[in-house]
Amino acid sequence: MTTVTDPPAESFRLSMLLNDTRYRSLTFQAIALLCLIAFMAWLGWNLIQNLAAAGLDISFGFLGEPSGYDINQRPIPYDSQSSHMRAAIVGMLNTLIVAGLGCITATIFGVIAGVLRLSNNWIVRKLMAVYVEMFRNVPVLIWILIIFSIMSVALPAPSAFRGAEPDSSMLFGLIALTNRGVYVPNAIPGAGAMVVTAVFLLSLVGVWAYRRYATKKLYDTGQLLPMGWPSLVILIVPTLLVWMFFTLGSGTPNRIYVPSDLGGDVSLEEYAAEQGTINLCSVAGEPSMAVAKRRILRAEGATLRSETYPNAQAAAKGFADGNCDMLVLPEEAAASLVGQSAELTTHLRRGGPFELEVPYLAGFNFTDGVQVRGSLIALWFALAVYTGAFIAENVRAGIMAISRGQSEAAAALGLRPRRIMSLVILPQALRVIIPPVISQYLNLTKNSSLAIAVGYMDLTGTLGGITLNQTGRAIESVFLLMLFYLAISLAISGVMNAYNNAVRLKER
Amino acid sequence: MSDTHAQSVAFVRETAIPAAPPPSRERGPIKWMRDNLFSTWLNALLTLAAIYLVYQLAVFALPWILNGLWTTSSLSECRDILQGETGACFAVLTERWNQLLFGFKYPSAFYWRPGLAFILLFIAAAPVLFFDLPRKMLLFTGLYPFLAYWLIWGGPLLAPLTALIGVVAGYLVYARFVKDNFAKGLAAGVVAAVVVWIAGGYLTELLAPNRPILPAVQSRDMGGFMLNLILGTVCVSLSLPIGICLALGRQSNMPIIRIICVVFIEFIRGVPLITLLFVANVVLAYFLPPGTNFDLIIRVIIMITAFASAYIAEVIRGGLAALPKGQYEAGDSLGLDYPQAMRLIILPQALKISIPGIVNVAVGLFKDTTLVSVISMFDLVGMIRGPVLASTEWNGVYWELFSFAALLFFVVCYGISQYSQWLERRLATDHR
Repeated sequence: MTTVTDPPAESFRLSMLLNDTRYRSLTFQAIALLCLIAFMAWLGWNLIQNLAAAGLDISFGFLGEPSGYDINQRPIPYDSQSSHMRAAIVGMLNTLIVAGLGCITATIFGVIAGVLRLSNNWIVRKLMAVYVEMFRNVPVLIWILIIFSIMSVALPAPSAFRGAEPDSSMLFGLIALTNRGVYVPNAIPGAGAMVVTAVFLLSLVGVWAYRRYATKKLYDTGQLLPMGWPSLVILIVPTLLVWMFFTLGSGTPNRIYVPSDLGGDVSLEEYAAEQGTINLCSVAGEPSMAVAKRRILRAEGATLRSETYPNAQAAAKGFADGNCDMLVLPEEAAASLVGQSAELTTHLRRGGPFELEVPYLAGFNFTDGVQVRGSLIALWFALAVYTGAFIAENVRAGIMAISRGQSEAAAALGLRPRRIMSLVILPQALRVIIPPVISQYLNLTKNSSLAIAVGYMDLTGTLGGITLNQTGRAIESVFLLMLFYLAISLAISGVMNAYNNAVRLKER
Repeated sequence: MSDTHAQSVAFVRETAIPAAPPPSRERGPIKWMRDNLFSTWLNALLTLAAIYLVYQLAVFALPWILNGLWTTSSLSECRDILQGETGACFAVLTERWNQLLFGFKYPSAFYWRPGLAFILLFIAAAPVLFFDLPRKMLLFTGLYPFLAYWLIWGGPLLAPLTALIGVVAGYLVYARFVKDNFAKGLAAGVVAAVVVWIAGGYLTELLAPNRPILPAVQSRDMGGFMLNLILGTVCVSLSLPIGICLALGRQSNMPIIRIICVVFIEFIRGVPLITLLFVANVVLAYFLPPGTNFDLIIRVIIMITAFASAYIAEVIRGGLAALPKGQYEAGDSLGLDYPQAMRLIILPQALKISIPGIVNVAVGLFKDTTLVSVISMFDLVGMIRGPVLASTEWNGVYWELFSFAALLFFVVCYGISQYSQWLERRLATDHR
């Protein structure tokens, strides 16, 4: 009989820190930590010495000082008297705008190209392969510069749109592509705009509810309700009805007045041809203004100048003072305000819930509408096609990752091809596709910092560009810049982790 | 009755009828077109749309390329000759090719030096990229960094030679000591190398000849596509070992080391490269000892290497995670310690799995080297946007220059990705 006894407890010896695996990792970590602290201290010491030598300090006070520079794209009110902080916020918003637009467009490009790369049409397949290889293998900076050159060099100047026989004309009469940017119509909300929007949002909810109901019914009773056309009907019909009610139904037309000695019983077109240039007084942001402008611009040989006033009284007063030779007002406001003036025979329609304000050439440039700058378009479009090429590969890989057996099994169960796609292939493919696509979104957001190459004022252009150069606060600016991008990255990867956890295969 | 058919001859075919060709719509190009281009009406529409698109592109681009002029001396002269017709002015390329490739400051008498270094790069890279080549060629690969440095930067031969001797000495000492302990071998090797470098540094200063064989060229004179290639190759090769260390650190079970690696990797991956280049340009100098003055190119190499190593670390971590746990346990059960298990069992397999990812990172990084033009370095894109487009002769030649730049990058990047696909097929040894 042998008695097993515990070995005598070994007392700790210093050499065990090196020779005993139980303690060695502690030694290593301590060494690593010490090295790190020493390195940081060295950097900090250098920093203090360098700052002292240059007579600088670390302070974020510059953020409160007036920036003194202008930004050409302002989502929020900003002028050169605003603080550097506000300039940075404008830059942040611009970054988010271009990143958001880019992500949406890149997804569209990527999904289309990825699906078409799997098409059984040889020529389409090859074209998509060319697209993907072309954009994946050339730096995005070069694409941004190429598209920016197209926007700023190849497009016509606004003056090319002038005259009876212009060199260039507007797309559909609505959109002007010029080398100073793209001018697109602006939607002006009128009577009923709120109602139409509300009805549309409710329809969306309705579609969702209907589809949910249909699915539940299918699972509970096996009865298959049609999904496609009822969704479409719920989506479109109520909004359309409300829209038509407000456009056609109630209300009276807008009235147009001209000075009593000029007008008389003529139509708007005749008057415009007679006058040549029409100076229009109107109420800013009213549908009547947009309707009148479109009519005048459509008239043969007329050019438009526009003066806008905050309300009907002011517009009527401006007209009475002789500031303009035409006044347009909604009828209910008009009757009491306008005295001794002639009224044209043309009555304008009242204007729908949303009236388009079309850009037009005034002087050397286009006014009205929304100006989308070439730099934004170049950045947006280049990022979208570049990232789209990567997304296309992710989509293709995701669809190919589903084994053939899955679709064959579904077919053997008697599912129809479209249902195989929506019930068997897509749910599995999306699990593979979405995580890499989200990291492509992250890449796109980070690549949007290339805005600085085309002068788009995103955060890198404001805080990391002009603010940094003006104040010389390099460390603080770059630190804040990094912090912003880091926050976005962490937010996006948080979303991705949440998604991954949600769709993870539930295993034993 | 029986003579009804007296005149007819009984016929029994003795040979097989020769096989008739398939119907014309079931063979040849017609069948191919029916299958591949016009199988359904939707497909036919797509085909027509695609053909129309290709036609439009060809009509747009072909005259421009074919009418291109290669020999004028300025844009205005080129436009005069073209007289309003469509045509490219490729003359900007024949006239400024040297600036686009080497930058505008590199002495033109020495263009052969980077040129030679570029050609030797292929010989040096060949044994790494293709395993069938004789292993002895790896010796040249080891020599190449020092040779290339000497060729491109020039200066006293002793400088790269000292660096080389230091590395060799370090390796010899490491090989002597690694047998009993990896950590000891590594430490001894590093010490030996550093000793040789310090001694050699003094010696180089003492013995520096007044007229070195290859005259020195300043770092700030590097430019053009050469700068992209230098940044790309240097940063990728430096970031590989760092990336491996970071990946191992992130997988390690020592919490402090793991946290350090995770913070470094996630921080670098979370910010755009441009902000890191800003750091290199305006911030890094504050963190270096007062009085030191690094070249901008060195500072940029430091930041891009940090950037690339974080991405490579994530790729390699994927490779490490993909290995079955049994491999780690097998290493342990054989009694191998951590460095041995990693060097002999884990890393060879993990790196093999990660090769496509590493190549992806390398291609992406090479493309990203164009970003240095934003901090006013004159790489290919910087040369185009700066000296070339700003010159009076060539102000306004956008498409020719950008197409040239795009073509150069496309050739390199597409080549690398084709190599990676070949390698993937080659390495697929598990099942086929």
